[in-house]
Amino acid sequence: MNFYNFKPKSRIRDFIVEKFIMLNALTALIVILLIFIFIFKESIPIFTNHKVQQEAGLDKLIFKQQYYQGREPKWSWQPNSDVPKYSLLPLFLGTIKAAIVAMLFAVPLAVGAAIYSSEFAGRRAREFIKPIIELLAGIPSVVLGFFALIVLASILQSLSGFTYRLNAINAGIALGIAIIPIIFTIAEDAMTSVPQSLREAAMALGANPWQISFTVVLPAALPGIAAGIVLGFGRAIGETMIVLMASGNAAIISGGFTEPIRTLSATIAAELAEVVFGSAHYNVLFFIGTLLFVFTFFVNLGGELVLNRLKERLQGRSK
Amino acid sequence: MADQEIKMQFGEVAGRFSDSALKVGNPKMTIEGLNFYYGNIQALKEIDLDIEKYNVTALIGPSGCGKSTFLRTLNRMNETISGTRMEGIVRLDGVDIYRDIKDVSAVRTRVGMVFQKSNPFPKSIFENVAYGLRVNGISDKSIVRQAVEETLHRAYLWDEVKDKLERSAYMLSGGQQQRLCIARALAVRPEVLLMDEPASALDPLSTSKIEDLIGELKKNYTIVIVTHNMQQAARISDFTAFFYEGRMVEFGPTTLLFTKPVKKQTEDYITGRFG
Amino acid sequence: MNDHVQNAGAVDDRFTASYKSGPKTSGVVPKFLTLAAVIIIVAMLAVILIVTLHGGIGILSWDFLSSPPENGMEAGGIFPAIFGTVALVMLMVITGVPVGVMTAIYLHEYTRPDSKVTRLIRVAINNLAGVPSIVFGLFGLGFFIGFIGTGIDSALFAGGRPVWGQPAIIWAALTLALLTLPVVIISTEEALRAVPREIKDASYALGASKLQTIRRVILPQALPGILTGAILAISRGAGEVAPIMFTGAAYYLPYLPHKLNDQFMELGYHVYVMATQSPDVEKTKPILYGTVLVLLTLTFLLNFIAIFIRSRLRIRRVHG
Repeated sequence: MNFYNFKPKSRIRDFIVEKFIMLNALTALIVILLIFIFIFKESIPIFTNHKVQQEAGLDKLIFKQQYYQGREPKWSWQPNSDVPKYSLLPLFLGTIKAAIVAMLFAVPLAVGAAIYSSEFAGRRAREFIKPIIELLAGIPSVVLGFFALIVLASILQSLSGFTYRLNAINAGIALGIAIIPIIFTIAEDAMTSVPQSLREAAMALGANPWQISFTVVLPAALPGIAAGIVLGFGRAIGETMIVLMASGNAAIISGGFTEPIRTLSATIAAELAEVVFGSAHYNVLFFIGTLLFVFTFFVNLGGELVLNRLKERLQGRSK
Repeated sequence: MADQEIKMQFGEVAGRFSDSALKVGNPKMTIEGLNFYYGNIQALKEIDLDIEKYNVTALIGPSGCGKSTFLRTLNRMNETISGTRMEGIVRLDGVDIYRDIKDVSAVRTRVGMVFQKSNPFPKSIFENVAYGLRVNGISDKSIVRQAVEETLHRAYLWDEVKDKLERSAYMLSGGQQQRLCIARALAVRPEVLLMDEPASALDPLSTSKIEDLIGELKKNYTIVIVTHNMQQAARISDFTAFFYEGRMVEFGPTTLLFTKPVKKQTEDYITGRFG
Repeated sequence: MNDHVQNAGAVDDRFTASYKSGPKTSGVVPKFLTLAAVIIIVAMLAVILIVTLHGGIGILSWDFLSSPPENGMEAGGIFPAIFGTVALVMLMVITGVPVGVMTAIYLHEYTRPDSKVTRLIRVAINNLAGVPSIVFGLFGLGFFIGFIGTGIDSALFAGGRPVWGQPAIIWAALTLALLTLPVVIISTEEALRAVPREIKDASYALGASKLQTIRRVILPQALPGILTGAILAISRGAGEVAPIMFTGAAYYLPYLPHKLNDQFMELGYHVYVMATQSPDVEKTKPILYGTVLVLLTLTFLLNFIAIFIRSRLRIRRVHG
């Protein structure tokens, strides 16, 4: 029997291809860095350019300003008035209000549904609930914004007689619908990851399903549920289209939720189209973008840390 | 059953295939001072062994003793697992396969492997056997076609598949799939064939088919087979090495090792005291 | 001895007595409450779907889908928006999916799970998934248009009207490709994990190199999972508006995009502008509902297909 004399393999070509693959794999990392660099870059004039600082320096973004002689100093966001006003406070307030409404609406529903799915539902019910949540997650935010603007606002107004049709509650509820899937998915995942051995120990002591859930599963999965809530909150802060369409877009300061609001993200979307390239307004909008990026960056980092730690702990116990 | 009787039973069975093929002093592969580590755990300790050409060498021992790990060092398949470390020398025809051969492919085409659970590719029967040729640069259709036919013959599988070469390999039975994997390994014309418990997942009929096949193959190939089935080792091998807890405790001609083991551990294992 | 047995019996009675009366909280109320949560969610989904269907089904017709808008969006169809959306996501897939697949391959086949590089890349991917979509829009504006596009212009044309340094379908597509990168990577990784170790071993044992094994064994096996990821990316990309608002989408164009630096109409953007800036909302309502219906149908259809492929994959894996 003769043996083959195979040609030696081309090491150079393999090497080049592997390096090419590695370079592509670094894209995600490079992009995150680039996003920060290029967004922050356009907001630097706020800190360095004297002319920009007179209009929109950091102090003018944070503190009350006296815009007109003889009038009280106040916080106000009106970049296009004759005296441009750049206080971020109304925008922060609007963002928080919408997020609060969204969380109050979404968390009980999402966590409740997750508990049902993980602890009470049979296999068939679970296989029904999962696609429902995925469908909900698949609704584009512009569609939810449309729905809130056209349908939900009218319903709410006729139910409650709000003065303003578009307000924080309207946008908040639609926002809540948008974040239910993410809270549900993470919470349900955390609960189903609790090892069977823990449940069986409780069962062997005579506990019924709810007792097992309440005393064993929920406490064990709590960090995961909390992480899901936090990540949902992060998503609510950054969401744009829903608030842009359904919140009334008024940058005012008030304590009520039945008035229109303006959020940070909606501000960017609404005003970037007409802003003059390189103006102070332009810089401030990019600065707001930087704030949003940094905030969601840390929220995501924190949430991921908690989830990883939880996974390790649960898997450790099951051994 | 008394120890003496057990050894006599082995004695009758052993050497059935190994009569004329016992040529000592012609090692195809030599292993010297082999130590192997998974991370901090040492799986193989100071192994010295000669694999004789055109013979069947069986590796026996209780599970977890390192025989499969050892087998994988013979064709550098241990390198596919990260975090492992090897010391010692493994030679093929006198050449250090780790230090003197740059391209690992050159080792693996000369030392082929058949795995415990048959693992055909999700491709047609033809493409499974042709795979080794294609990845090593042979694309001429007629050469490939001829090689596939030849090796399927060699693996005692041609008659059963000759009119369904284009069908998926998964349509074959377990025993047929394993013979397909053997054909696939033979297609690149290796000199040594490593077999890791090739029949452990098969029924007795398929097992005996494969044992007959091994008896036929050793005329042209050097075979190293890991098996936990001692009767099988006694039936088909010329040499046997007994592994225990990462060490090679005893090595010798099969007939001798099974009837007159030197070390007590070997005797205990053979007579079923443990493992 | 009898006493002993009798006492044991008494102890038994005590145990069984408290269990027979049932545990304190029977669990009916929590079960009911959480089930109510599920029902409410399902109901909300149903309401959204029904309302959209009800409002938009009337205007749905072949004409609607194939003709351009007329009379300031009060009549005509939405064909250019459909065309623009399709062109946009096709560009997005061509540029984004290969990068995502290569990232997943690198992470799964080339690196150890606990290496520094792997962990760094994973952190980046998870963060990318959480970046607000408007921030992507800013990035598209600042980086693709303001840096790359303007850079190309000054290198090739040196002054004059911007050619690449302006909103264009290619920049919008690239921005969306980055936004959907995590979806592709995660789906592909799941598919790669499902490839059994044994056939990779078989390939290496025959002398194949890692690249050959990837090309001939791993990728073909992982293809359905990769496809799922691409479809999910398309579904996501077709629905996002904030990233394309400033990078190339337009409300009305008299032409269809045919060059990489053309602007384009798009379904989601169309919904946004029509809903918020129509002079006569009542007149455009039918078209608005119709557009939403088309967009929703598109995203749901894609999601269904992806879910279907994924479940077929899981069945196949179980049966080998």
